[in-house]
Amino acid sequence: MLFSENFKIALRALRANKMRSVLTILGIVIGVATVVALLSIGNGATASITDSIQSGGSNLLTISPGRQQTAMPGLGQSQQASYLYYSDFELLERTLTGEITSIVPLYQSSYTVKFGDESFTSPVSAVMEDHAQARSFTVMDGRFITDGDNKSQSRVAVLGSNVADDLFGAVSPIGQTVSINGVKFEVVGLLELEGSSIGSPDDTIYIPLETGYAKLFGDTANHNGKKTVNSILISVTSSDNMDAVSAQAEYILRRAHELKPAEEIDFNVMSQADTLETLNTVTQTLTIFLGAIAGISLLVGGIGIMNIMLVSVTERTKEIGLRKAVGATKNQILTQFLIETVTLSLLGGLVGILLGVGIALAFSVTGLINSVITMDSILLAFFFALAIGIFFGLYPAFRAASLHPMVALRYE
Amino acid sequence: MIQAEELTKVYQMGDNEVRALDGASFTINKGEMIAIMGPSGSGKSTLMSIIGCLDVPSSGKYSLDGVAVETLDETKLAEVRGRKIGFVFQQFNLLARTSALENVMLPLTYAGYSGREREERARKALEIVGLGDRTHHAPNELSGGQQQRVAIARAIVNEPNILLADEPTGALDSKTGVEIMDLFQRLHKENGQTVILVTHDSYVARHTERIIKISDGKIVSDEVNRNPIKAGAAREDL
Repeated sequence: MLFSENFKIALRALRANKMRSVLTILGIVIGVATVVALLSIGNGATASITDSIQSGGSNLLTISPGRQQTAMPGLGQSQQASYLYYSDFELLERTLTGEITSIVPLYQSSYTVKFGDESFTSPVSAVMEDHAQARSFTVMDGRFITDGDNKSQSRVAVLGSNVADDLFGAVSPIGQTVSINGVKFEVVGLLELEGSSIGSPDDTIYIPLETGYAKLFGDTANHNGKKTVNSILISVTSSDNMDAVSAQAEYILRRAHELKPAEEIDFNVMSQADTLETLNTVTQTLTIFLGAIAGISLLVGGIGIMNIMLVSVTERTKEIGLRKAVGATKNQILTQFLIETVTLSLLGGLVGILLGVGIALAFSVTGLINSVITMDSILLAFFFALAIGIFFGLYPAFRAASLHPMVALRYE
Repeated sequence: MIQAEELTKVYQMGDNEVRALDGASFTINKGEMIAIMGPSGSGKSTLMSIIGCLDVPSSGKYSLDGVAVETLDETKLAEVRGRKIGFVFQQFNLLARTSALENVMLPLTYAGYSGREREERARKALEIVGLGDRTHHAPNELSGGQQQRVAIARAIVNEPNILLADEPTGALDSKTGVEIMDLFQRLHKENGQTVILVTHDSYVARHTERIIKISDGKIVSDEVNRNPIKAGAAREDL
């Protein structure tokens, strides 16, 4: 007997109970839609994180303070705060011999910024001239912080695109004066919108590092009489040289911080690849976790289908008896009911994919998360639905096929 | 063509053994029209299911066209049913929401005929039972008598060796019942069709040429009926 015959029988049986069929596939529809939507949103989040990290400038090494947290906290050995100093930067700048294009220090904090009636808290980064090059910034209007600004400790600021919008709206910010934590700064430049989301320069105000030390940070940027920095960025000439530069920087800082050979380093040297890997692990774990929850709803949907198919087999016992009487073999009955279940679950799968894609697109359109719909996630959901149909269809189909023809014919 | 020797069928009902058939032996030749008669619980339905290859005997031999049925597995039994036996049931057992034509085509589908041949043969069978103009009607658009005719068309579409009818007039009024009996007699006379009627009704049984009576799983009489009632004549009387 041909597949198409069975398919026709299945469609007829499903049409005979339209309402029931619709309710039955609802579980699969919701499950598949959730899988597709969650995977698309997860992929979108991963892509935007990757994007924002890569936009931070290529071949960038970031050195930040902090011990690797291997010891259990609170077990005697107290975790000492660790610092990176401006002198560490000067030392690295002087002694690094590797293939580097630039090295810049960065001190970052959050302050209240004010212009007219507008007032909010914004990240403020105190930087040097080379920062723009290290992070591949594009200045849209005016200029970036210069070495001259640093030398003269001038109170000038360069605004990220979003900050400028929030503070000034349609007014051109160049030449205006903003107050940062009560200190007046003149806006001299405006950065182009990058559009990436995490740690984005769009939301940041840039000021000269020396100005920050002298007029803004006060004691917060001072430890044991030494100026501290949040991080030191090293731009390496090519990705092949990353490891060598990273090792050299670690060696230099180890000596500067007077660490014994067995002692753990009190700073981290991270490349973009490391950051990306860490973040991707997080988002992937999250995506898998959410996908698993959606998978459970698919499983529940499958059980619903099995339940209805068992009812259907009981209802159609006489039909099964008749089919057997006119020559249907066990396998033919098995195939008929299996195809019916698979048709149900595939129908649910297709509707679910459309719904899931719709949800993902809705997220993109409303700008919540830029979802990325991949063929992988659609195929995954589709084949999962197919597998559910086969798995949960086997038992009812087997029940139908094993009915004794005489008993089935007499069934009332 | 049918040879039954010492057929027994034992069912296990809880702790009790029920002997539904207890040593039934008989022979039915090609082209006979015969009734198997008995009250309910006599074992006639069990005998019918064995003759129709829906079941196999617990012991004894049953050969259909020289094939020892008791040795066949489930799949082979299904094949034999599909090719050699046409069933007619009391409740018609037509598929709902399915046209007469498609109902009649069903046995051919399982026997593996091509779509065109199926339709051709099904149309011919419907014409034989006088429903050539009702091919696209669903069962709920047909009268009881018409539904039973569709069922008979379905039973003969495979040109079976045996037409096996289980109380075929049981759900019909007497006038329609006579029409159905007339159809069986015509199929028997004009096409040489072997017909086995299973019934509790002696009036129905007397339309056949031979009556086997069964009681408590045993054959109690097997007699030739010299003057079968002619349904066609009775029809004219009504």
